Amino acid sequence: MNWTPLWITLKLATISSIVLLLIGTPLAWWLARTRVRFKAAIEAVVALPLVLPPTVLGFYLLIGLAPDGVIGGPWRALTGHGLAFTFAGLVLGSVLYSLPFVVQPLQNTFETVGDRWIEAAATLGAGTLDRFVSVVLPMARSGFITAVTLGFAHTVGEFGVVLMIGGNIPDKTQVVSIAIYDHVEALEYSQAHLLSAGLLLFSFAALFLVYRLNRRWRTVVGR
Amino acid sequence: MNGLTAEFTLDHGDFRLDVRIEGPARGVLGIFGPSGSGKTTLLRCLAGLEKHARGYLRVGDMLWHHDAQRIFVPPHKRAIGYVFQDGRLFPHLSVQDNLQFGARRSSQAHDPSVWQRTVELLGIGHLLQRHPHNLSGGEQQRVAIGRALLRQPCLLLMDEPMASLDAQRKAEILPYLEALHQELSIPLMYVTHSVDEIVHLADHLILMSNGRIQAAGALLDILPRLDLPLAHTTDASVALETTVADHEPRYQLTRLQFDGGELSVAQHDAAVGGKVRVLIQARDVSLARSRATDSSVLNILEATIEDIAHENGGRTLVRMRAGSAPLLARITRKSFDRMQLMPGMRIYAQIKSIALSN
Repeated sequence: MNWTPLWITLKLATISSIVLLLIGTPLAWWLARTRVRFKAAIEAVVALPLVLPPTVLGFYLLIGLAPDGVIGGPWRALTGHGLAFTFAGLVLGSVLYSLPFVVQPLQNTFETVGDRWIEAAATLGAGTLDRFVSVVLPMARSGFITAVTLGFAHTVGEFGVVLMIGGNIPDKTQVVSIAIYDHVEALEYSQAHLLSAGLLLFSFAALFLVYRLNRRWRTVVGR
Repeated sequence: MNGLTAEFTLDHGDFRLDVRIEGPARGVLGIFGPSGSGKTTLLRCLAGLEKHARGYLRVGDMLWHHDAQRIFVPPHKRAIGYVFQDGRLFPHLSVQDNLQFGARRSSQAHDPSVWQRTVELLGIGHLLQRHPHNLSGGEQQRVAIGRALLRQPCLLLMDEPMASLDAQRKAEILPYLEALHQELSIPLMYVTHSVDEIVHLADHLILMSNGRIQAAGALLDILPRLDLPLAHTTDASVALETTVADHEPRYQLTRLQFDGGELSVAQHDAAVGGKVRVLIQARDVSLARSRATDSSVLNILEATIEDIAHENGGRTLVRMRAGSAPLLARITRKSFDRMQLMPGMRIYAQIKSIALSN
């Protein structure tokens, strides 16, 4: 039994979640507080992966990641490697595809936290970064947990985008969802069973833990 | 330290704040007005929470805001304590951590005696390990006041700290504020629309209306002015500064003296010669043309009628002066006509109830 696809999936989801948090936090913070006119346009772009078939996103990514594409070209000039059919390309695709799942809960939480406590912290002598770290972050904790869980889970479960841009290269870009598909195609039901059950158990355990933790924190914070 | 001078203009949609204020170096400056008159906006300008306000603000020898000189000190660099109407205790922190939030970021050196005094003054020592959601509304506001005090500010701002509390909680918190008033060596700006809070706490008063200042001055002078709205509220009162003359233990009474006469009140623990502020509500004063000798009313002051204002609901407000002290009486229009009262007339004011304020 080859467990590498499961390992690749987890690595992809972990790295994507980290990148998503790094990009999604400032983006959501900005969206929650800005009053610029083109805010709705940015929100629409972020939400696009929710409505587009993954194949559409995958198709455009495939073209963009090509050695002469708008992303693939500069990437190649910078690193000397192509981006299509690589693990880095998969991370990029996953990040774009899962972005709304991270940005939307964060934006909601930031909007809920609002100005009230930030102003209170300011009058108590906390500067901008201090306010974010000591007031916004702890108060937005459940929003962060939801965002990371959804981002991670959504990446684990993705199929269409990976199929379009990953190339299904064993030990490199073959994630578990595609490996299962391959096993079923080849009528290797026992392997498909094992991988599926493994993914199912892992996903349940991860979600269960997260919701347990989240509930305990909610009780402590009392919201 | 000198007092505070400020001038602000700020446009919020169709509302415009346009004020110029001067505050004393210590004592409580009450800011009174109906909702929407700009009280909170003024307080936010003072705190630096309204970035777009134009004008200037000087507190003592510090210049916090001067847009002609492009000076704007952000709120976290102003030594202010701000108590919000809704408390705004951090829900993720214990009472102790909430209190320490401002103390730790204060430029003043940590002084354990300040902590001790504040916690004692506000009676919050037993709450330190709790979280805000386990506190009553009154307890939350006491912690919020403590949090602001422990920042060791140069200016304390309170925005209707009791507005969200019921009468019982208010009565519970008012003594703490009165005690605070005695201790404070910095100015406190206190926004409220409650006459009761004003007469108990304020030394000076700013009346606001439609974003502008309607009147400003010492509380004792503003309260009895019939051209201003305070005299026409149901709680219309005057405040008198009196001196304890002596105690009558046999009747459990204390006699207070002022230049308009004498008042007897329920026994008070102030020493003879001590200063006591008394509050007399207009509705607790009735009038007589001659001194009643057969009345149970203990406190009767001889006064001269100064001014008269007829109010809706068949009532008439009469302002008198006893010595140099103003008095207000709210009587029915019918009595007014029957007694044929007019300015300049000598009259006896019978006072049915007197409240004391420390």
